[in-house]
Amino acid sequence: MQPIAITKSEIEKIRKDFPILEREVHPGKKLVYLDSTASAQKPEAVIRAMDEYYRRSNANIHRGVHTLAEEATALYENARSRIAAFINAASPEEIVYTRNATEAINLVAYSWGRKFLQAGDLILLTEMEHHSNLVPWQILAAERGVRLEFVPVTDGFLFDMDAYRALLEQGPKLVAFTHMSNVLGTITPAKEIVRLAHAAGAITLIDGAQSVPHLGVDVRDLDVDLMAFSAHKMCGPTGVGALYGKRAVLEAMAPFMGGGDMIKKVTLRSFTVNDIPYKFEAGTPAIAEAVGFGAAVEYLNGVGMPWIRAHEQHITAYALDRLSELPGVAVFGPDVQHKGGVVAFTMQGVHPHDIAQLLDSDGIAVRAGHHCAMPLHQKYNLPATTRASFYLYNTTEEVDQLVTSLHKVYKLFG
Amino acid sequence: MDDLYREIIIERYKSPQYRGQLDPHDISFEDENPLCGDHIRIDLRVDEQGRVTEAAFSGHGCAISQASADLLLESVIGKHIDEIKQLNKQDILDLLGIDLGPVRLKCALLSLKVLKAGVYGLGEASDALVEG
Repeated sequence: MQPIAITKSEIEKIRKDFPILEREVHPGKKLVYLDSTASAQKPEAVIRAMDEYYRRSNANIHRGVHTLAEEATALYENARSRIAAFINAASPEEIVYTRNATEAINLVAYSWGRKFLQAGDLILLTEMEHHSNLVPWQILAAERGVRLEFVPVTDGFLFDMDAYRALLEQGPKLVAFTHMSNVLGTITPAKEIVRLAHAAGAITLIDGAQSVPHLGVDVRDLDVDLMAFSAHKMCGPTGVGALYGKRAVLEAMAPFMGGGDMIKKVTLRSFTVNDIPYKFEAGTPAIAEAVGFGAAVEYLNGVGMPWIRAHEQHITAYALDRLSELPGVAVFGPDVQHKGGVVAFTMQGVHPHDIAQLLDSDGIAVRAGHHCAMPLHQKYNLPATTRASFYLYNTTEEVDQLVTSLHKVYKLFG
Repeated sequence: MDDLYREIIIERYKSPQYRGQLDPHDISFEDENPLCGDHIRIDLRVDEQGRVTEAAFSGHGCAISQASADLLLESVIGKHIDEIKQLNKQDILDLLGIDLGPVRLKCALLSLKVLKAGVYGLGEASDALVEG
């Protein structure tokens, strides 16, 4: 791959696309948004697409024959096509709209898990899963007697391939794993994990909530069977996400919720199930949000995922370097080559909540807590960490501001 | 840097005066704020009239939760159990001398929740104990 040059003017141009970045959080304190891993900011193009939808085309989709219903349906389905193309799915029917990545995983647990798993069957997860790729399986385990095993994280904060190979010998039915940890930033070798899982007879689910927004994911190259992701972490609105599934896998799954749109025909006592993806989309969906999701994907394509990845690597490397000069700061995660734009750290003697609160007084938004990955924090014996995360609109100057404020925090508590 | 971190809060966080555990004790209770993992245990010694003679807290948490625990225990020495039952949110805010948003309020109120659950002899601390 050609090295990608990141210029200041490119970043400035991108920043102008995000109206919120202009805002002051406190008098004289402009927003420094370092919390995109929790939720990304929205470009004008996304806001406008949703606004225009409500101003011009708002109607319910699919069965209407009037102009607005036709327009709304076309916008909703065009967005689906764009999302499918963004991850290189074979067809738009392989994209199921959900509320978010969490719902997508729950959908799989419900519609695939309850149909195909029995007592004693094994699901492989990892130690660094977000609660959303943990609790749905715990529920299933309690209900069905399904077993859960966990691929450990190595001392270098990486996916433990050797342990994984050993666990595969137990014959799991499903391997469900994060493509990028939302705490450590660890990028897992997804293609190899999928290949080995298939060789062991398992199907695969990727939690792509962090990787799809930041890495650019090609589901056909990975050969993954199912993948969950959320719009709001990739410059789209909240309230919509997607489940990607290979056609054959989705077709084999049971329906999810019952209601309108997921049926072909209903009598008083029975129904026939609609084709994919509609069989998983009961009820009026988040139409404007889907339109915004499509606009977000278009926007990211315009910037280019390789550029975004290169920019984030640059900024993350810079952040790791600058944080290392701070006294008492420990960073949790692998080296920058194996890492997304996520930096979780602790500062000796200062609670993460106090750090986050003090940074906020300088306009800097970071997250403090367990980041919905309590087991991972338990592994490192940490009640909480502070997390700064980066996206296409962040700058090295913002990292400098973060470090300056952290110096002040240290001084206040030191 | 921030008005929230008044000198007294930083000072109490760094050098608490009521940190520790009492053994034996008359009342002991512990609980945590699952949001941030803050954990507080409070031990009390109470005389025959029902007045607090000694108090100590242990556990871990942010500056707001630790300082409010320290200030709270200082304020209850010599108080009757029935008076402790009357303490509420505003008393904590008065002790800290700051106003808090909903998220940090939970940090500040953790120690009061634990203390009241202890004096009521309840099995579980609840938010209802610190309202009003």
